[in-house]
Amino acid sequence: MASVPLTPALVGLGDWALFSARALSGVVGRAFPARELLRVAVEVGYASTAVVAVTGLFIGMVLAVQAYGQFRTIGLETSLGAVIHMSVVRELGPVLAAVMLAGRVGAAMAAELATMRVTEQLDALACLGVDPVKYLVAPRVLACVLLLPLLTVVADLLGLAGSSLICLHVYGIDAHHYWRHTREFVKPWDVLTGLAKAVAFGAVLSLVACHRGFRGRAGAEGVGRAATGAFVVSFVAILVLDFFLAMLFNGLHDLIWPRAVPKVA
Amino acid sequence: MSDAPVIEFRGVGVRFGPQEVLAGIDLAVPAHQTLCVIGESGCGKTVLLKLAVGLLAPTAGEVRFEGAAVHGRPDRELARMRRRVGFLFQQAALFDSLSVFDNVAFGLRAGGGLTEAEVADRVRERLAEVGLPPGAERKMPAELSGGMRKRVGLARALALDPDVMLYDEPTTGLDPLMTDAINGLILRTRARRPVTSVVVTHELRTVWTCADRVVMLSPLAGLAPGEPQILYDGPPAGLAAAADARVRRFVEGDAGDRIAGG
Repeated sequence: MASVPLTPALVGLGDWALFSARALSGVVGRAFPARELLRVAVEVGYASTAVVAVTGLFIGMVLAVQAYGQFRTIGLETSLGAVIHMSVVRELGPVLAAVMLAGRVGAAMAAELATMRVTEQLDALACLGVDPVKYLVAPRVLACVLLLPLLTVVADLLGLAGSSLICLHVYGIDAHHYWRHTREFVKPWDVLTGLAKAVAFGAVLSLVACHRGFRGRAGAEGVGRAATGAFVVSFVAILVLDFFLAMLFNGLHDLIWPRAVPKVA
Repeated sequence: MSDAPVIEFRGVGVRFGPQEVLAGIDLAVPAHQTLCVIGESGCGKTVLLKLAVGLLAPTAGEVRFEGAAVHGRPDRELARMRRRVGFLFQQAALFDSLSVFDNVAFGLRAGGGLTEAEVADRVRERLAEVGLPPGAERKMPAELSGGMRKRVGLARALALDPDVMLYDEPTTGLDPLMTDAINGLILRTRARRPVTSVVVTHELRTVWTCADRVVMLSPLAGLAPGEPQILYDGPPAGLAAAADARVRRFVEGDAGDRIAGG
């Protein structure tokens, strides 16, 4: 009985996997003109920078405001920077940049491709001997995979700036100890895992958005549904993927640098 | 040239979920013939065209192009086949983000092998052929009228010098003058090059002007079990006196509509 509602989801997942494999073969084979990649890259990267920067800045500031009281109560306010910066580079930076990109660019990609489908432009591409998936999806995936890590760096830096602004200049935390704790706790590994997550999020959100666009239904409602569906599915996929990547990277960390087990006397 | 049909449908059926659109279609289009496919909305005319270039796959039977099955071909071979077929879409399907010039040049650039100067010459030649006014090549699709969009779509389809032309409702939504102009372009295309054409239409004006042969399809919902979906297959002149009353009604109804509509 349980298999009945699962079947369409499994079929959809299988279809997405095949679609993704085709798109990635387009990336490897570079089956698109550089001009198309540049056009998409401007939209994904340059046009998204401001919104990602503002989001990062305010998330850093809000974290500082919310956590300061608790840390001050236990006399650990100089450790606030380490905790916030760790959260930003490992989790909030990549996740927020990815979610903003899914909302700003992913939904637009889905709507654009769904409109192309409805107006038979995808069929027209195929009739001219061009594979629409490789031609249209590959540059979008490549742009997101390359540029989401850069947007994550922007979110990270602005998050750090926002939290530091509040901690050092509003709450007057000692700057020397604030930065010393940050240096002690936030390691290059944390930054790298955040950027690796951004690469994975970029691939998933672009593939989900393009798949939704290609499978869009006829009419204005179909285009709207494709855009909404692209955001909702990307958002959930990013959070689920974030959990598994966090588990994976923690496991890898422990494998490379095993934790010292405290000895019991 | 062999006598083998260029396009052949063998027992073709198409089903979208629970809805059956085509069933048991046997149809062959010989080289250099202009076949018009007519029928009510929803009878599967456009589906038939899309099957011919592999944009849709049949759920039963087989579609063949020059004797080889269309479906199941490797991607590269399918792309090569499609580049020999020009397709004029119902709403022209011009690429929104490209100018008229770039739309017509698209297939030429994608195929490679031509310099940009050669591409430009070919584009201007095709635009002149379909009667686009000078300066139109710089316009965007959104700036064009319905008739001009169809002309650009035709120029794009003809840019690769196709052996086969497929027209999906080429005159739908156009006024009688523009309809005659598009019909004239279909005839001129055929006069200029040895092309095999399939024209899907519900305009008898197009049939009388362009067709060597007419096939009339019926929506499956209107048929008794086991009844063939092709109601008529013959010369245009035989339509008015066809044995099937549904064909005669379609012809009389269309003529009546045109008289009533002025």
